Amino acid sequence: MWRVLSSLILAMCAASAFAADESGRTPKPVIERALAGKTCVADAAFMRREHMNLLKHQRDDTVHGGIRGANARYSLKECIECHASQKTGSVVKEESNFCASCHAYAAVKIDCFECHTSKPRAVALGASK
Amino acid sequence: MSRRGFLGVAAAAIGGAMLAPGIQLIEIARAATPAGAAGANPQVRWGMLIDTTKCATGCTDCVTACNTENGLDPKPSPTSAQWIRKIEIKEIKTGRQASAPVMCQHCAEPPCVDVCPTGASFKRADGIVLVDRHACIGCRYCVMACPYKARSFVHEELSEQKPDVPRGKGCVEGCTLCVHRIDQGGKTTACAEACRQAGHGAIVFGDLNDPQSEIARRVREIQTTQLRADLKLDPGVRYHGL
Repeated sequence: MWRVLSSLILAMCAASAFAADESGRTPKPVIERALAGKTCVADAAFMRREHMNLLKHQRDDTVHGGIRGANARYSLKECIECHASQKTGSVVKEESNFCASCHAYAAVKIDCFECHTSKPRAVALGASK
Repeated sequence: MSRRGFLGVAAAAIGGAMLAPGIQLIEIARAATPAGAAGANPQVRWGMLIDTTKCATGCTDCVTACNTENGLDPKPSPTSAQWIRKIEIKEIKTGRQASAPVMCQHCAEPPCVDVCPTGASFKRADGIVLVDRHACIGCRYCVMACPYKARSFVHEELSEQKPDVPRGKGCVEGCTLCVHRIDQGGKTTACAEACRQAGHGAIVFGDLNDPQSEIARRVREIQTTQLRADLKLDPGVRYHGL
């Protein structure tokens, strides 16, 4: 009797451990593809971990030091140029869009787009005309 | 080293900050920021000259151009942000009238920077006075401190901002001397460009420190005044014919 029960418990533990390993049970953010033809300023793993620091240093260099255009390597404007959704023309308009999808997943609120436009140059200037 | 010897060396070091004969620390610091480097150049002082004898009464092309360039309200309400405004002045005794645009005067000694509790209001190396919206808490001390009424507060949420000019609710803002143009090699501001296109040419933008520039030549040749010169703020914007 005890032998049967213990083997049953063991089998259940093994089953649950196996289920936890399955990636299908954990929801993952959908990352939209960036505009083809250009490479990012750094590799994806580094950008996922460090983009907030890169942007923070760049913003101080830009606002206080006047580093703009080609000299601003980690410019938010340039991120948006490539990563804006082809469908919505934005990085945050829908939850599937590039910035919104990960930030919704990680439950980290972004307030960049309360002041900055979330649209690439062509779309933003076309809309405001 | 004896105590007397140490004091002597220390006094010499403090006295002149001389590293070797003829070389001082300040010269090394100046050489570290070459004129061709990217970003705000400390050898430049951006400024404007406004010739009120050429400024047309009733013309608001500079205001419209500023609103369009920076994505401000095209139909301003009494609470809309205002970076540049036209004023009409009249001397009561003689009846002489003049018209002029007034915007942030980009003071060398800006009172808005003095009062800012967070350091959001600051002066760039090239003399442009700006608000860092990342640090602005919207307390509006700078609005109170500015004698030119050049700062505005954004009361409502905004959308459709220009990519070059981020702006949003809860921050103070003002004329940036079209810093997004200047940093990318632009030679003039939206207001000066519009004034020239309208055929008035009443606004000249340029580097006050460069003796070859048009603005430096003009302020050397004609009489100009600073608004509220009594406050000794040394504004970068000068007026002729007031």
